[in-house]
Amino acid sequence: MTPLLLTLLTPLIGGLALFLVRALGPAGWLNLGVSGLTLLSSLWLAWTVAQVDIVTGPGFRVDAFNVYLIVLTAFVGLTTAIFSRPYMQHVQASGRISVFNLRLYHALYQAFMLTMLVALTTDNLGVLWVAVEGATLATVLLVSLYRTPEAVEAAWKYFILCGVGIALALFGTVLTYFAAQLVLVDTESGLTWSVLHAHAAALDPTVMRIAFVFLLVGYGTKVGLVPMHQWLPDAHSEGPTPMSAVLSGLLLNVALYAVVRLKMLVDGSLAATETPHLAGALLMGFGLVSFMVAALFLHRQRDIKRLFSYSSIEHMGLMTFAFGLGGPLATFGALLHMLVHSLTKSAIFVTVGHATHLAGTQSIERIRGLIRTQPAIGWSLLFGVVAIAGFPPFGVFTSEFLLLTATMQTHPWFTLVLLSGLAIAFAGLFRHLQPMVYGSAPEGQGPVSANLLPVFVHLGLVLWLGLSIPGFLAEWLDRATVLITGGGLL
Amino acid sequence: MSLAVLPLLQQFVVLLAALALFLSFVLLAQTRLVAAIHVFAWQGALVAAVTFTVALSGHAGHLYFSALLTLILKALLIPWMLHRLVRRLGLERHTERLRHPALVVMAGVALVIFSYWLVLPMVEQGLAFTRNIIAVSLALVLIGLLMMVFRQQAVAQVLGFMSMENGLFLAAVSATAGMPLVVELGVAFDLLVAMVLFGVFFFQIRDSIDSLNVDRLNRLTEVESLDSAPHHSADGWS
Repeated sequence: MTPLLLTLLTPLIGGLALFLVRALGPAGWLNLGVSGLTLLSSLWLAWTVAQVDIVTGPGFRVDAFNVYLIVLTAFVGLTTAIFSRPYMQHVQASGRISVFNLRLYHALYQAFMLTMLVALTTDNLGVLWVAVEGATLATVLLVSLYRTPEAVEAAWKYFILCGVGIALALFGTVLTYFAAQLVLVDTESGLTWSVLHAHAAALDPTVMRIAFVFLLVGYGTKVGLVPMHQWLPDAHSEGPTPMSAVLSGLLLNVALYAVVRLKMLVDGSLAATETPHLAGALLMGFGLVSFMVAALFLHRQRDIKRLFSYSSIEHMGLMTFAFGLGGPLATFGALLHMLVHSLTKSAIFVTVGHATHLAGTQSIERIRGLIRTQPAIGWSLLFGVVAIAGFPPFGVFTSEFLLLTATMQTHPWFTLVLLSGLAIAFAGLFRHLQPMVYGSAPEGQGPVSANLLPVFVHLGLVLWLGLSIPGFLAEWLDRATVLITGGGLL
Repeated sequence: MSLAVLPLLQQFVVLLAALALFLSFVLLAQTRLVAAIHVFAWQGALVAAVTFTVALSGHAGHLYFSALLTLILKALLIPWMLHRLVRRLGLERHTERLRHPALVVMAGVALVIFSYWLVLPMVEQGLAFTRNIIAVSLALVLIGLLMMVFRQQAVAQVLGFMSMENGLFLAAVSATAGMPLVVELGVAFDLLVAMVLFGVFFFQIRDSIDSLNVDRLNRLTEVESLDSAPHHSADGWS
């Protein structure tokens, strides 16, 4: 209980305190410190969960599935805060942001972390909804932070699309609550996930079927599933780069987490009907379409941050597909993929932040010769993209290999589609990457002060996960797999 | 499914919900912003009245509180905020030209039919009341969505968004006798913050495109970035 409380209170108090700090220097450090404390308390929480299996509090529940996402969220939050400190100093030096907005930035950074952590720890579907909507509200002002017409447009699109999506999710939540009331004696607990999960078989399948469609469309908007993905590339490309890193690395994961939790309920409810795998089939369909469409769109991009946000859609599609596939192997692969994708993608966005700084533009055509000008940035970008494209020995390869194996076992024909999608995505990434990192540098392009520590740590971890998954982590993921599918891998 | 066999309070709730649905249509076709805000306020008051009626019928005491909350938030505070924003933006006399108003209202009717069709298999044990209420609130949500799609004026889009929320409140209150209090408070808080942020964005949009016609927010499209020069960097530090 104590570590859980600490994990949630640290960003809350930190966010409030950061709103009061006027000077940028201390604010950056304080932001870093708060994120560090959050990580420490989340590790404590993970340690406790490892001992006692499930930590519960009033309205909260932390088990093997969400605890690894909590640690991941806190970890990426910390490394992004490390990157964000010098980055925001530079933004302020360039005079594109007012002092008030800078305070707002730091306060909302922690507010965003808080909503993510609440969404992950809560046991109540209503609170989950409130937290995911809160994440939109916390980040929407950050997307328009620079006040350019493009940024305002991106933020408005983000606000409206996610607002609508999430409203549909609330309707699905209400329907779930309605289904629960027909079954439960204590109606007040009708939104508590663990109670619902225990009574899943009794929930009215017709209601749950309709509810899941609303929930999937709602939370799927946040996952970035095609065709509800329109906000994602805009919001990622126009906001400040640390925001892109946490949006891609964390927010999408949390939304997918919500979808998986709800799928577990619907699966239980539909088990006895003639369409027991409806939820899984829907996830597979949405996931596959997102995966293919995003892979094709990679080829058309001209903005480096849009390029990588489409890559995020592609990977989220792949994970959604894998969770839809079900079964221990696919689920284990999807959980691992969530982990390595977050680490790799936030590392890439941090590198991209430095690369755009170096080149003075986000246009892919005008970013050239990164390795010649500043080898550290060039090689980081190259290795990041190699990792995200799924090359061995990086961890993304491991998880994609597991996913392909699982697909081969149950739906062999889809393996072909997945493989061609991966090849298309690979080509899309490398045709843009190659001239950016090699190529000759334009005149007058000089190295910039870069802080690549987060990138090295993330890519190092992804490499480690590719070479050998440490025993405790494999066991951890396996426990989550057992929780989701009922059967383990190890 | 004869409505006359329902208890009186339930009949009253269905009546109020039907009125709220009617106001959704009025909102859909109302071109004057100020009038539309008033319609929205009345719809909020109706939802509050539904909550109060359900509270009267018995089970949950906290519904009195949530009726009060809905009344303050939906019928007073948010309309007042919108009204003030419209005045500060100088849009009191603004009327929007609608494209194909008749077609849109017909689409709204189609959505109502669709909602009834969707919930038809849902409650087969003859729960005429719940079925009606869920269908009507789903229709409110979908008509709000339709309004957001087809209106180009930012304030009108926000009204569509807020009337979607009205539909959700209606569903929560009448089909399930209210969500747990903590959830209801959370949703209300989110809604209030969203309203404040919408206000901020009205000014940001006006500063950036000199109007609140969000159709003109069209810089970020895939096609455009192919034909014309890539837009300037939002993130270049230089």
